[in-house]
Order: sequence, then structure tokens, then C-alpha cells
Amino acid sequence: MSRDLLAPLDPRTRLLGALALILAVLSLDGPAAGLLAVAAAFGLALAAGWRPAGLARRLVHVEGIMAALFLVLPFTTPGTTVLHLGPLTATSDGLLLALGLMLRVTASALIVLALLATVEPIRLGQALARLRTPVRLVQLLLLVLRYGALLRAELRRMREAARARGFRGGLSIHALRSFGWLAGMTLVRALERAERVEEGMRLRLWQGALPVAAPGRLGRADAAFGTGVLALALLAVIGIR
Amino acid sequence: MSAVLALDGVVLARGGSRVLDGADLRLERGERLALVGANGAGKTTLLRALVGLEKPTAGRVVAFGRPCADEPDFRTVRRRVGLLFQDPDDQLFCPTVQEDVAFGPLNLGETPKAAFATARATLDRLGLDHLAERITHRLSGGEKRLVALAGLLAMAPEVLLLDEPTNALDDANRARMLDLLAGLDATMLIVSHDRPALERLATRAVVLQGGRLEPAIIHRHPCPTPALHIHGLDDDHRHELETAARRA
Repeated sequence: MSRDLLAPLDPRTRLLGALALILAVLSLDGPAAGLLAVAAAFGLALAAGWRPAGLARRLVHVEGIMAALFLVLPFTTPGTTVLHLGPLTATSDGLLLALGLMLRVTASALIVLALLATVEPIRLGQALARLRTPVRLVQLLLLVLRYGALLRAELRRMREAARARGFRGGLSIHALRSFGWLAGMTLVRALERAERVEEGMRLRLWQGALPVAAPGRLGRADAAFGTGVLALALLAVIGIR
Repeated sequence: MSAVLALDGVVLARGGSRVLDGADLRLERGERLALVGANGAGKTTLLRALVGLEKPTAGRVVAFGRPCADEPDFRTVRRRVGLLFQDPDDQLFCPTVQEDVAFGPLNLGETPKAAFATARATLDRLGLDHLAERITHRLSGGEKRLVALAGLLAMAPEVLLLDEPTNALDDANRARMLDLLAGLDATMLIVSHDRPALERLATRAVVLQGGRLEPAIIHRHPCPTPALHIHGLDDDHRHELETAARRA
């Protein structure tokens, strides 16, 4: 990644900004507006320091799902027929609908990549807590982030240990059984870990409240970005009329 | 002297075998008791029994002069006793260091603002203030252990139960941990295989063997043959190599 021009933004600004921009994008109508949104979101992602190649790699997953739309919508939307495939007929209205959806989803994905994927996930969890998202959900997210990383590291260590003793994987009975043990051991360790964490919390007298550090001040960058986002969103909404 | 924590004939089985089999312990106020024993002897189980994480099948746990049997009893004990886990990852579950250290004070009834002030003060006192904003799972092993200790100290416990506090620490962090512990007023029960650390910290020692506790002594034999050790080549040691080379 190159320089991130959005770095000074507070995670709260990022969350709210992403939400507003995505809502604006989803309210757009037609491929032309969609294309404009994709271009703008792409620019935002570049400003956040993404390289085009990195963006493309991540967007492939999104577009894979979008491909399903193109397989279904043209054949199920009523309208002017443009193509016959045996008993099936594709309509131009369906194609345009699929294209419009794809562009809006792509723009939304780019917005998420630009604003949210560039910060430490835990900071987003804290920002959610400060924005008064339900405490249980925030806790769940934070604990998954905290211990997901630990479990991944444990799994990696076990796999490395297996490789260090000459394990190569594959599809033999031995390999499959070993994978089974690996999966089982990861689960067992996760459960034991969960028990110990719970005990640790009980020993420090946990009663359901989690501390959330006082938020940082919102700065000039947040104000400027917020104003820009609001203006864009308004423009999008007015544009529809 | 009055025992702050005591076990009377405690029996506790884990996985079918009696790990504690009539264990008697008295931890007196102000002392730093070393608890030694082989791997699997039940040292961690004993610490867990003292704070009610394990339930004895026979015998009593007495804390601050009162017998403790159920969870509510132990909840009051845990206000005054801190247990440092072997694996700090089990203890640090909050996103950032200051939040984790503020967790205990918050549970003790402090307002969030006061809890964070306590956390800051504790980190300052331990010289860990530079870690306050850091994300817990990105800390090094040594930093995690020190922050876990800060999380306990923020609750101002009268008694610290330490499960291998210097285990797997590098020399610098080990020295730091020892200095920290040596500077505390709290009564301590220290489980460790680190003999030099125990020699420095402990005022008395017991050994856990066959499920029972026996008195032990920590001492050092004057060495007729120097103990084998290894370290980098500073000026004090380079001459030894040179003498060895001359002799060869």
C-alpha cells in the first residue's frame, strides 16, 4: 500500500461515512450513475493507499457472487427480449438491472475497502462501542477478533510442527486422519482457552461491563470528510428526483 | 500472625487421581511463600483451589479467617486476591492495554473515568505507560505478562498468587518482573521452577509432593565446581577464552 491520505480519520467517522456513502450509492438508479459511483469509490480507495492490483484481487470475490445475478436476472425479469436460449428468453431490462446492481455493489465494496479495511479491526469494534452499538454484539466482535487471531496462530504452529516432521498433506488415509486430529485439537484448545478466559474474567469479578477507553477527539480531517460525505449523499438523493 | 489464606486437609481429584491429598497450607500476611514441586504435582490446582476455581472433595479453604465453600464466598475473596495465570493470553482479553487494566477497577465499582485513571496510574507506576494504547494481542510475550500483572495490581490485591511469573521471559523482562515483584507489599504465593527468582523473592518455601505440602528450604551450596552457564563475550569474560587458548 502507498500513502493513506485518509489516515487521520477517526474510526467513528469511517463507520458513519461508509454507512452514509453506501446508502447513497444504493439509492442510485441506472448504470450511468452506478458507473460514476464506482469511479468515485475507486478514487477514494486509491486515496486510502490501495494499489489497483490489490483492489482487483479483493473485488474478484465480490464479482464472483455478482456473476450469479447475470445468470438469473436477465431470464427472470419481464421486458424486451434480446436473446433466446432454448426455452429461456433474456430481457434487456433484466440485463440493465443486473448491471446496475453489480455497479452499486462494486462501489459499496470499494467504499468498505477504502474506509474500513484500512484500519485495525479492533479499532472499528471500539468505534462501534462508542457509537452505542448494543454491547453484546460489540463484545462478540471484539472477542472473536482477539481470540480468532490466537487460534489461527495456534493452528499455524501445529501445521508447521507437522510439516517439520515431514507431513505433506494430500489425500492418503494418514493425511486425512492427521487433518482430522488437527481440526479436533484446534477445537479442544479453543474450548479450553475459552474456559480459562472465562475464569480469568471471573477472578477479576466480571459482572457484564466492559471498559471502553475514552474516544479520541474528532479533528479537522473528520469534519472535512464528514461534510464532503454529506454533500455527496445529498447530491445522490437529489439526483434521483 | 494470622493466615490470610489457608488449606485444611484439602483433597482434590483431577482426571481420576488425587492431585491434592490432605494438603495443609498457611499463607501468613506479609510473607512470600515459594511453592515448588514436580511438573503435574498439582501446584496450579492448588492456586486454583485457593480462589474457588476448583472445588475440594474434602477439607476446607479458609480465606481471611473465613471458610469458603461456594461462589459467593469466593467472589469476596477475589476482591482481595489476584491470580496471575501462566499464559497471559488467557488473562488479556480486552482490545487495548488500558482497557484491560481498567477492567478490574471497573468491576470493583469504580466509575469508568476513575477506572481508567486507576489503569493509567498503575501502568505509570510499573513503567508500562508507553503500552497503554497498544492492542493486547500484538504485545510481545514479555509485555503481555507484565500487562497481565498490571491488570491484577490495578485492583490493589492484598495477596498475589503467581503461577510461574518468570516462565518464558527473556533476561530483561525477567529482571523487570523480579524488580516489580520485589517492590510490592502484597503477600505472595509463588509457583516457580526459577530457583534464583525464588531465592530472591521468597521468605519461606514449601514443596508439593504426593498431594501434600512439606516445608522446604531454599539455599545455595558453595560450589566446588562452577555451575555451567552461557552468555555473550564481554570484556570480563574474553580473558577466560584467551587463557584457555594459551593453555591449549
